[in-house]
Amino acid sequence: MSEQRHQVTVTVNGVTRRAEVPARRLLADFLRMDLRLTGTHLGCEHGVCGACTVLLDGVPVRSCLIFAVSVDGHAVTTVEGCCEPAGELGPVQQAFHECHGLQCGFCTPGFITTITAYLEENPKPTEEEAREAIGGNLCRCTGYQNIVAAVLRAAELKREREATP
Amino acid sequence: MKPPPVVYHGPDTVAEAVRLLAEHGAEAKVLAGGQSLVPMLNMRLTAPARLVDVNRLDELAYVRTDLHGVRVGALARHADVERATHAFEAIPLLRQAVRTVAHPTIRNRGTTVGSLVHADPCGEMPAVLALLDGEVTLRSERDGERIVAARDFFVGPMESACREDEIAVEAYFPRPRGRTGSDWREVSRRNGDYALCGVGTLVRVDEVGAVVGATAVYIAMGPVPQVVDVTEAVAGADIASGVAWAAAGQIAADRLEPEDDIHAGADYRRHLARVLTARSLQAAYEAVAP
Amino acid sequence: MSDKYLGQPLVRKEDPRLLRGDGRYLDDLGHDALAAAFVRSPVAHARILDIDVSDALDVDGLVAVYTHEDLPDRIAEPLPLLIPHPDLTHPRTPHCLANGEVNHVGEAVVMVVATDRYLAEDAAERIVVTYEQLPPVVGIGAARAAERLVHEDVPGNVAARSVQVNGKGDAHQAIAAAPHRLTLDLEIERSASMPMEGKGVLARWDADDKTLRVHSSTQTSTSVRLAVAAKLGLPPDRVEVVTPDVGGGFGVKIVHPWPEEILVPWAAMTLGRDVKWAEDRREHFISSAHERGQQQRIEVGFDGSGRLHGLSVEIWHDNGAYTPYGIIVPIVSSTQLLGPYKVGAYRVEFTSLYTNTVMVTPYRGAGRPQGVFAMERTMDAIAEYLGLDRLAVREANLIQPEEMPYDQGLVFQDGRPLIYDSGDYPKMLRMIRELVGWDGFEAEREAAAAEGRRIGIGVAAYVEGTGMGPYEGAHVKVETTGEVVVSAGLTTQGQGHYTTLAQIAADQLGVAVADVTVVTGDTRRFKYAVGTFASRAIVTSGNAVAVAAGKVAEKAKRVAAAALGGGVEPGELELVDGLVRHRDDHTVSIDLRTVAVLSNPLRYAFDEAAKAATQFASVSSSGEEPGLEATGYYMPERSTFAAGAHGVVVETDPETADIRILRYCVVHDCGVVVNPRIVEGQVHGGVAQGVGGALYERIVYDEAGQLVNASYMDFLIPFATEVPQITTAHMVTASGLNPLGLKGAGEAGVIPTSAAIASAIEDAERLTIRRMPISPSELYELRKGRVHA
Repeated sequence: MSEQRHQVTVTVNGVTRRAEVPARRLLADFLRMDLRLTGTHLGCEHGVCGACTVLLDGVPVRSCLIFAVSVDGHAVTTVEGCCEPAGELGPVQQAFHECHGLQCGFCTPGFITTITAYLEENPKPTEEEAREAIGGNLCRCTGYQNIVAAVLRAAELKREREATP
Repeated sequence: MKPPPVVYHGPDTVAEAVRLLAEHGAEAKVLAGGQSLVPMLNMRLTAPARLVDVNRLDELAYVRTDLHGVRVGALARHADVERATHAFEAIPLLRQAVRTVAHPTIRNRGTTVGSLVHADPCGEMPAVLALLDGEVTLRSERDGERIVAARDFFVGPMESACREDEIAVEAYFPRPRGRTGSDWREVSRRNGDYALCGVGTLVRVDEVGAVVGATAVYIAMGPVPQVVDVTEAVAGADIASGVAWAAAGQIAADRLEPEDDIHAGADYRRHLARVLTARSLQAAYEAVAP
Repeated sequence: MSDKYLGQPLVRKEDPRLLRGDGRYLDDLGHDALAAAFVRSPVAHARILDIDVSDALDVDGLVAVYTHEDLPDRIAEPLPLLIPHPDLTHPRTPHCLANGEVNHVGEAVVMVVATDRYLAEDAAERIVVTYEQLPPVVGIGAARAAERLVHEDVPGNVAARSVQVNGKGDAHQAIAAAPHRLTLDLEIERSASMPMEGKGVLARWDADDKTLRVHSSTQTSTSVRLAVAAKLGLPPDRVEVVTPDVGGGFGVKIVHPWPEEILVPWAAMTLGRDVKWAEDRREHFISSAHERGQQQRIEVGFDGSGRLHGLSVEIWHDNGAYTPYGIIVPIVSSTQLLGPYKVGAYRVEFTSLYTNTVMVTPYRGAGRPQGVFAMERTMDAIAEYLGLDRLAVREANLIQPEEMPYDQGLVFQDGRPLIYDSGDYPKMLRMIRELVGWDGFEAEREAAAAEGRRIGIGVAAYVEGTGMGPYEGAHVKVETTGEVVVSAGLTTQGQGHYTTLAQIAADQLGVAVADVTVVTGDTRRFKYAVGTFASRAIVTSGNAVAVAAGKVAEKAKRVAAAALGGGVEPGELELVDGLVRHRDDHTVSIDLRTVAVLSNPLRYAFDEAAKAATQFASVSSSGEEPGLEATGYYMPERSTFAAGAHGVVVETDPETADIRILRYCVVHDCGVVVNPRIVEGQVHGGVAQGVGGALYERIVYDEAGQLVNASYMDFLIPFATEVPQITTAHMVTASGLNPLGLKGAGEAGVIPTSAAIASAIEDAERLTIRRMPISPSELYELRKGRVHA
């Protein structure tokens, strides 16, 4: 009862990665099991918690609700890819650090990717917009207040960094 | 919570997809956005032997607007519908409603046509299609294309007229006639949750701003989207007092038969329908009032 | 010693790794391990007639299938009763795999091991278990009625019945003699910890070395180690338990050993392969522990000023199908119920009842939210009855600062007397009055009413026993590089211990926080510890680190004094900025890292610095044991009592009955604060869970014992859009019980939230609330009937 396997090629964090996987391999598991990028976490496997959020061609999606075979030929960005090119913390990551936006850290990767994409769309959100922007991700530790603050701080940091390349 | 084994097909053309469904339809499921299907697979509540993945059918990734209405291809994501300015300008209700579909991340992947085929009685887009009297284009190898009106398309809870050998290739949302205002609103437990009650309304006015027609549609209030014509309560009525809107709400509430679940009782849902109908009609009216 | 870092809002040392995606949570480990999955009971109460695994055997990648029959003696026996108590007359604990009977949906029946989790689930799905269904007992009502029994040999479904009185007279007589009396029947529904990461276990057996390494997402590694060793019949010395990064605990992970914590290591030993189990969300819902569900009857006698003369409370506590964690939750409810108040004569009786549902063990707050709900609902009811201000009634009953320490006359969950060590409750209520805008609220209410809006204000206060024993320990070591390594025995699940414990150690040793590395929950590094629960970590482990680091500092002074010569006495030295120096003459100094080198007299130099410690170097010996390191323990005499008050303003939609929080204020006293940024974060997170418990979250079983909302779609953890902005104010009444003056902070935020929100909704709606949580649908019904019971 051996399963058919499919060759999947995905550009992950700018690097072309290939693996042969069964059709049912979820994108999250493809990243974690096949590519050993364990920063993407599975919190519910039914698309509600948002911990597994990655960027598919720059757009946030739940990697627990997508099969790896479906994204063959596409580009994926994970939390590991949200760092600066030289490896320092990216603006969203740095803002979480400064604002104490994480406690256990398990849901954090999904917030980082979601906010990274959001700030591309809305570089200067209000507090209310910031809260709305993270409204599809669950966190059980922080009560969100410091994450909202981190969104605003990340927007600042991003602007600063873009102003001084 | 891992999906069961499945044979995968990733057709590159609609013709190929249709051929695959002709051959395997009985044991196949069409995979578009997957935002409803994959959770069910992960929970092993369903286990189709095959998946026909339509995510490569770029020819269906469109939202087009013309004089008559908005055409949404099978691969258009909810987010595409939400962002399409031309579609919003033609039919504001589309954006008003699609914004309440789950959370943005889900809308980035979930497709509007997929949600129509899924026919969830809590789904927003089936209700919008029903209210606008739209239609769905289905394609199969056997029949070629056939067009099904919304009223015939939603057969029951999670059951649409799309046969297992068919693929829904397009949804057509006609522009409302005349000067028509629209509104969408719902009450849900958490932001982004399924609505306890959702209401979409259209209010049509004449040249001097008098109301000549009003219809409402409801989600989570019955097995399929419930369209209720409330014109009798509002046409020619004195709008300023708000009494007419409330009367319309009462008409709707009397016609709906919601059920209890763990989040809300049936009485409360009916009450919400009454309240939201009045609020929604007023907002829809104000959008076109002189 | 300095206090350079104590009280500083430092950013966390643990963050950068977690933010980059470099965390190592359980499922991130063991890439090549076999995967376990379980067949779990789909029915609430049944005898198992047959288990047919034959259809699973041809699943590709299947490695092993185990049922109860396959388990060796010790593992086949019921799991241990962790906390025995004389009043727990009928304890029952589960088996690792069901032994002929299942008592709740989700109970593990068969274990499957395969090459990956997908395949393990394929095999599990094909196993056919035949059940003979028995009538289930669901809900406290059914348990009390006892028309059906969960365990045949437990009469009345009663696991425990317990009575405490506070020695201040007969409560019933005091109530009868009081000028006024009220009776309240209350209910709190079931909820759950629901950490974002489920449980998980990875085990590796080294057959050559006869050593077992277990990784577990647990709140106690040391205790898991002893339990695993006992169950597997291994010398404890051969078992290591390592806690990786843990994605939240909130109580559910203090329970141990979970069946999987025994079965996975056993399978690894049996198969000679690494085996891993990472719990999925559905498993977590139906087989990990829940909490909260209680019914309460309160009788209270009071005078015209609202002062309590007597209080009698009966609690019916749903403990689910098993009681491995004893009766801790109802004990906490019945003792912490008293809050900051003097209640006159007090009698509390609780009955802990079996139901065919998942077992009940502590979830953040651990019985306190229910107790506080009882007390604060009572305060509001008295105010309503007498027509008095709700805060005035509370103030009339407060323990005064000069009465501290105050003996409540009960026995607390640690088996020690319930004596409040310190606190200033009148000040606390004054602060919350101001912060929430109590005095100006009537004007606010009228202004809102003029706009057709309905708002209400509520307040609730609590006292929380924290920092309980028996002890925590830590090992502190100064490396020859100058790096300080702190190994704490307890575990961490996001509380920031890598930062706070480093702050404490850094102050003791006069080094930079950046130079301190903290390790937790690794029994290879530290073997004696209890665990992280009950708001105890910073009190117990913080003081243990202070003790250990203090010993290291003393040793450093002795070694330095010997090295410096010239008659310098250790007592004249101080540790500052990485130096050991003379406190009056700063030119007399030596690097701490050099002291570390000298602390280990060497025959063989391994680097340049090490030469100073070799035999022909001119340093005189200090006569100390080698290594600049020490182990320290802190054993509290009893718990230390933190306190707080929450104030909330809600708006209710007159039409839709939607409930919105407009303002949420917290006054919080956890003694001396090590890191205010982290304490604030704990408060925020607690309040969010409290809001969840008040307005959104409930575990719902149907009459057949099916958990009908076992998903994040239907178990409504609040998103950011449902949690209000929280305003906090801190006060500090140091604990006199521990050297650092600390009190715990972990659970604070969640404790009075339901009570405060109930009070505010009641105030907005002018109706009576007797049960929480409350949904808009229920508020709508309540408006029709005026009582929520």
